[in-house]
Amino acid sequence: MKFTYHLSQIKKSDQKCVGGKASALAIMAQEELPVPKTICISTNAYNIFMDETGLRAQVLMEYHRKQFDQMRWEEMWDCSLRIQNMFARTPIPSTLAAALMVEITNCFDNSAVAVRSSAVGEDSASASFAGLHESYLNVRGPEEVLEHIKLVWASTWSDAAILYQKEIGLEVEKSSMAVVIQELIQGQESGVIFGRSPVDHSKAVIEAVYGLNQGLVDGTVQPDRWMIDRDSGKIVSHTPAQRAKIVVPAAKGVKVIRLTTGKRNKPPLTRHKVKDIFKLEKRLAKLFGSDQDVEWTYDHSKLRLLQSRPITTTDKAKDSDDRQWYLSLKRGFENLEDLRSKIEDEIIPEMVSEAESLKKIDLKQLKDEELATEISHRADICEKWKKQYWDYCIPFAHGIRLFGTVYNKAVKPENPYEFLELLEGTALKSVQRNEQLQRLANKLKADKSLRVLVRSGKLPEDSKFAKEVAAYAQELLTPLLGMISQSQLQAKMLELLIEMAEMGTAKKVIKDQAKSNLEKRLLANMPKKDRTFALELMDLARTSYRLRDDDNIYLGQIEKQLLNATQEAHNRSSIVSKIPLDILRADEIVKCLRDPNYRPESRKSKPVEIQDRQIMPRQLIGQPAGSGLATGSARVIRKTEDLFAFKRGEVLVCDAIDPNMTFVIPLASAIVERRGGMLIHGAIIAREYGLPCVTGVPDADKLIDTEDQISVDGYLGIVTISKKLPIKHLKTTTNKDG
Amino acid sequence: MESQMSLRKQLKELFDKQRIGVLSTQKKNRPYASLVAFAVTDDLKSFVFATPRTTRKYSNIMASSRAALLIDNRSNRMSDFRRAMAVTAVGNVRELRKSGKNRLIRLYKEKHSHLEDFIKSPTCAVLCLEAETLHVVDHFQHVVELHLNK
Repeated sequence: MKFTYHLSQIKKSDQKCVGGKASALAIMAQEELPVPKTICISTNAYNIFMDETGLRAQVLMEYHRKQFDQMRWEEMWDCSLRIQNMFARTPIPSTLAAALMVEITNCFDNSAVAVRSSAVGEDSASASFAGLHESYLNVRGPEEVLEHIKLVWASTWSDAAILYQKEIGLEVEKSSMAVVIQELIQGQESGVIFGRSPVDHSKAVIEAVYGLNQGLVDGTVQPDRWMIDRDSGKIVSHTPAQRAKIVVPAAKGVKVIRLTTGKRNKPPLTRHKVKDIFKLEKRLAKLFGSDQDVEWTYDHSKLRLLQSRPITTTDKAKDSDDRQWYLSLKRGFENLEDLRSKIEDEIIPEMVSEAESLKKIDLKQLKDEELATEISHRADICEKWKKQYWDYCIPFAHGIRLFGTVYNKAVKPENPYEFLELLEGTALKSVQRNEQLQRLANKLKADKSLRVLVRSGKLPEDSKFAKEVAAYAQELLTPLLGMISQSQLQAKMLELLIEMAEMGTAKKVIKDQAKSNLEKRLLANMPKKDRTFALELMDLARTSYRLRDDDNIYLGQIEKQLLNATQEAHNRSSIVSKIPLDILRADEIVKCLRDPNYRPESRKSKPVEIQDRQIMPRQLIGQPAGSGLATGSARVIRKTEDLFAFKRGEVLVCDAIDPNMTFVIPLASAIVERRGGMLIHGAIIAREYGLPCVTGVPDADKLIDTEDQISVDGYLGIVTISKKLPIKHLKTTTNKDG
Repeated sequence: MESQMSLRKQLKELFDKQRIGVLSTQKKNRPYASLVAFAVTDDLKSFVFATPRTTRKYSNIMASSRAALLIDNRSNRMSDFRRAMAVTAVGNVRELRKSGKNRLIRLYKEKHSHLEDFIKSPTCAVLCLEAETLHVVDHFQHVVELHLNK
């Protein structure tokens, strides 16, 4: 079986074995075009690796855990992370490794190379999805090259590839990946040329940067752009970049450095070089029979071709779905640092101050017209902050994922989510709030007469306890809780406090020693020069983890101000009071206040799906998101009352947990959520309390009913329903600590 | 959510495609499993199979009529872990009167015409498992129960 090919050996019929990239490079090399020294690791090597190690079966189990049409992007990312970790932990079979080492040593010895993906069918005109798989620059030595071949193989299962699995036909049984190993050309200027501009087909486009191409490809470095008339070959326009950065080889990999002043003021290409690149693309278009998308570099005035592929008709920007948006959420460290400053220094302080200033307005003093204006104003404010939340807070959550990727690459842990333990215990606002509630419960527990009074629904007048309860209820009252007055909320809260007092102190998991050990493990596995970066990234990820939960609470406080204003309108108008207290219907409330003849449309609520009693779900599959095993009575959260009816030891089952509703978590024995992902709020809070948690269970809140007896296996991600067990037979709840 | 109609359709297709299932019986705490050729009615309630009266499974059924029949579409490939479906029908087994008019026996003969001589033999019994519940497993661990008498 042939594992390696030199470009001179590759025939057209070998394409399935060497992939699109290697095949195109071979054609160019055989035409004596300036291609760097290259060898190709064939798909045979990938297949041997997958089959001899049993990895293909492992990937199959993970990849088909859930149906794709039921998966969110976050779940695809999780699936990809798990698979990537399987690759990282699986050694290449020794005979295969030895064969590859010999060839790599013979060709490159210890010189720097680029290790690139060469997927089968990747570069064909009908299915090109550039950027789905990985490439690595400046890799040295056979062992390192071998490790990076494995990383490229693993990228067959990148989140982007899974997202486009239908288009690229990604299937476990048929999957294959070839790898190109190419001498690293340390070009002084690099770029790409599109033989036909995607926007204006009469033009060709050249983009160029100083240094290596990596910066241009991943968007770190802004390129200069030239438009060339395809017929005449004349340069039609040149758009200079704000030249500031350059990507250069580091001791290992690449680094971004500042560009020298001289180069900042000078375009990376002369007109002469632009025309040479254009001419070369023309030649390639003729050779391949279609317009090409070519990556090139100038090595001391010598033009070298790094890869060429047909320009595809697929315009991913025009995707009717949100896939490009999901992929845009993946940010680099520098961008994440910028987002952190923006969120911590601007967005959150401004949100807090805006909520505070709105609180000061005495709504009762406003005339109807003024109240209508105020509601409108508050609705605009909510929209403004929601936009900020989507633009800045959601992308910032990628800090957690970036840290996870770096951690797993360095440590290769058995559990691919081990890195989360380093991010937990970062004083989430929801946890702080729960601790406040626990303190009130402890007071109740210690004071029998207070407990008797509270049990009768009363509070001691003018007491500190009463004030604290009122303040807490005020903070808890967000639009999420819907139509509930503060006095009702307070009464519900007292019931909750009694329940908590009877349960005793909820166990919040403290793992300081384990965290310290993991941190040491991470640093020990990082090269010395990267340790500072690892610590900086961990710090950023901790903020990202904390804010992922907290920013919803800040947003909730802003939305509450809109709710208060609509509540005021409710109190004064019988017509308004017919509109459900929902901040999304603020515009109708405004119309009612302004026009006494306006009658709101009645909206029929969506009928509740009735479960077919002949089909009884027995065992549901999701993702294990919090380890442990618990059995208990389910409490399905469909409306506010369900939250306040929560009893200790119950399993919280819901569509999606919002941080504004996690105050009942200290009472819960486990969490089951329809929404999937390891980083969703339910999973975050479950880990804080060491609760078993299964997320991504399709229709969990419809298939499970309150009082169903369920077992939550947080190790395997399985929820078992045994409805017929009477409540008195409730098993003792256990979690991993107990 | 799984609708009953789509689940029933899926099950009917599985039962029509498969010819053989695994029958589980027991007597005096001694469990036993055997392969049987089966046919099923459109309402998915009656699973017909045949066996010589001298067999262990027949003897077990005579002693205890409770039995289970497992029908699956595994192909002995690794993809079975995610793609295979297995259904266990649980209920009571009764012996059928061998008559040309018996619709269950006709159903059985239509599916397994090569077994016509086999069931004609006076030593062969034709039996029917009247299923109360079908336990359906797919996607490795996803399980639903279809209660047929509810």
